[in-house]
Amino acid sequence: MRDVAVVGFAQRQMSEFDGSPTCVELLVPLFAECYEQTGWNRHDIGFWCSGSSDYLAGRSFSFVSAVDAIGVIPPVNESHVEMDAAWALYEAWLKIQTGEVDTALVYGFGKSSAGVLRRTLALQLDPYNMTPLWPDTVSLAGLQARAGIDAALWDERAMAEVVNRSLTDAEKNEYAVRRGGSSVDELLARPMYADPLRKHDCAPVTDGAAAIVLAADDRARSVADRPAWITSIAHSVDPISMGSRDLTRSPSAAAAARSADFDGLEVAELHAPFSHQELVLRSELGLPDDVRLNPSGGPLAGNPMFTGGLIRIGEAARRVWDGSASKVLGHATSGPALQQNLVCVMEGQS
Amino acid sequence: MSRTLSAPVTVAFDYTRSVGPVLGRFLGGLRDGRLVGARTSDGRVVVPPPEYDPVTHAATDDFVEVAATGTVTSWSWVPEPVKGQPLDRPFAFALVTLDGADVPLLHALDVASPADVSTGMRVRVRWAEERVGAITDIACFEPDGGFETGARAPSSTSESVVEEVAQQPSRNHEPVTTLTTPVSLDYLYAASPEESAFYRGLLEGRILGQRCPVCHKVYVPPRSACPVDGVATTDEVELAHVGTVTTFCIVNVPFLGQRITPPYVSAYVLLDGADIAFLHLILDVPAEEVRMGMRVEAVWKPRDEWGTTIENISHFRPTGEPDADFATYQQHL
Ligand SMILES: [Zn+2]
Repeated sequence: MRDVAVVGFAQRQMSEFDGSPTCVELLVPLFAECYEQTGWNRHDIGFWCSGSSDYLAGRSFSFVSAVDAIGVIPPVNESHVEMDAAWALYEAWLKIQTGEVDTALVYGFGKSSAGVLRRTLALQLDPYNMTPLWPDTVSLAGLQARAGIDAALWDERAMAEVVNRSLTDAEKNEYAVRRGGSSVDELLARPMYADPLRKHDCAPVTDGAAAIVLAADDRARSVADRPAWITSIAHSVDPISMGSRDLTRSPSAAAAARSADFDGLEVAELHAPFSHQELVLRSELGLPDDVRLNPSGGPLAGNPMFTGGLIRIGEAARRVWDGSASKVLGHATSGPALQQNLVCVMEGQS
Repeated sequence: MSRTLSAPVTVAFDYTRSVGPVLGRFLGGLRDGRLVGARTSDGRVVVPPPEYDPVTHAATDDFVEVAATGTVTSWSWVPEPVKGQPLDRPFAFALVTLDGADVPLLHALDVASPADVSTGMRVRVRWAEERVGAITDIACFEPDGGFETGARAPSSTSESVVEEVAQQPSRNHEPVTTLTTPVSLDYLYAASPEESAFYRGLLEGRILGQRCPVCHKVYVPPRSACPVDGVATTDEVELAHVGTVTTFCIVNVPFLGQRITPPYVSAYVLLDGADIAFLHLILDVPAEEVRMGMRVEAVWKPRDEWGTTIENISHFRPTGEPDADFATYQQHL
């Protein structure tokens, strides 16, 4: 295995992006930031990989327009996943492992506000027996939250504690679209929205994009004082049918965690777009109480679709770069109710 | 003024899928007013039946009919239903374990408020008036007259279900083979700032492009980034209304939504000063006379019909000038 590290990260998050769903104009400055961090130009990038969704953009092959931001003439080595860009990062990591390339730039983008996000995402469900009912994301998460409440695995107070900690931490995050903690009691006094969920239990609809630079071996050492070396990366998936899953569990998160080494973890950035999902993940990933969760504020402070998971990896890597942590976890999820999960452990030395 | 122009767009299409023998049996059952599940190798009855056993991976073949009554195992309130959902007023989505089944089915539950739902409540299927062999043949669930229980009633006691099945006119048991799912999504589609400037220019009778600061190529309609250099295009350039046909095709085939009677010519026109051709119509000339290198000019609609749209230019027509030298456009093919 080659040593691969995260050496660059740039992001933008906003509640409404005043621009095209191809997000080209958003991506150009993000790539420029990555070049500045590494001292590279686009010719130093061996592989490009993106995550996005045509359903968000409302047009087919939307990722093809976005590659204008790369500069693709002459042709570049490029690929795309129709899901969160964290999985594009996995593909890029694999590509580097093959030895074909030493560097990669991974990006994700999505203009969630162009349509009705919670409705658009019904297109990622079982097309025979679920999509025709248009179950919205919030309702599916609500079914999961209720299942845990009924089973006494968590309660509304535990959910509100997640929200309060996240929104308090988000006050220090310039990219957060929702921030400002108050108190658990004040949160619990707010009205129910999609019972059992209050609005603050659900990640805000967020537009945005992010980019991460990966590099192997000496290419990483030459551009970063303290690269965030990827020491474990794994992903797994649960069945798509909601009925056949125990919604209070996420076996795929546990399976991904089993393939990783969490020993000595200090910080975890968890991609939990609903407050109770952080509780599910903490338990399934087996994270001890002393692991600091989502110091960035996490997805409850901003969750650009198809980028939110990649941002978790970038936020975790930043903790290694600035020396505030030596071992961190970036986690990403995709699909309804934590169906798919990816873990990426990074460390400060190799 | 907003940075960008936007307009509503609806993307709609009907997905037609073949469903295979297992789902076909389930959907055929729905059409006939019956709920068909399958027993999996761990002894559980699952509705809708999975196509393959989750443990042995063998094809599902042990089908079981379950009752149209059941118990709510989880629910979520839907205060603002979205288009396409089973009910257009606030309702609950519920996981319902049907009597005789071991895992829940997702569907809507028609109740007036969250106070009318609880985990463990008894519900029954409300069938759609017209059934076609789709999950929407179940219109929704509704409360089943009162008693609540944590335990599941055995399916053999569901006499009302047997009675209801007997009343169904169609008992042919033919499986469904295909399923059509209409999908329609509404967007507010925004142009990029550069494209927005282009459309605002058209409203003033101007054709605007953008120049790449690195390679100096001029794109029209403008792109937000130069695909050669990957940098933002920065300089606005006003272009001539005359140009050269670089390539074209004669449209002979009629299609849905066609506005001009075939044959007509669709062509790439390289406007003088631009480095990329754009697509428009060539009219006012017999189709067979259009050729590469032909010099053409924009014909604008009357000014009072203009909007922020490329349709302000009705079409292009020959200028009558001599054809352009091949060398002037050979880099733009
Ligand atoms: Zn250029």
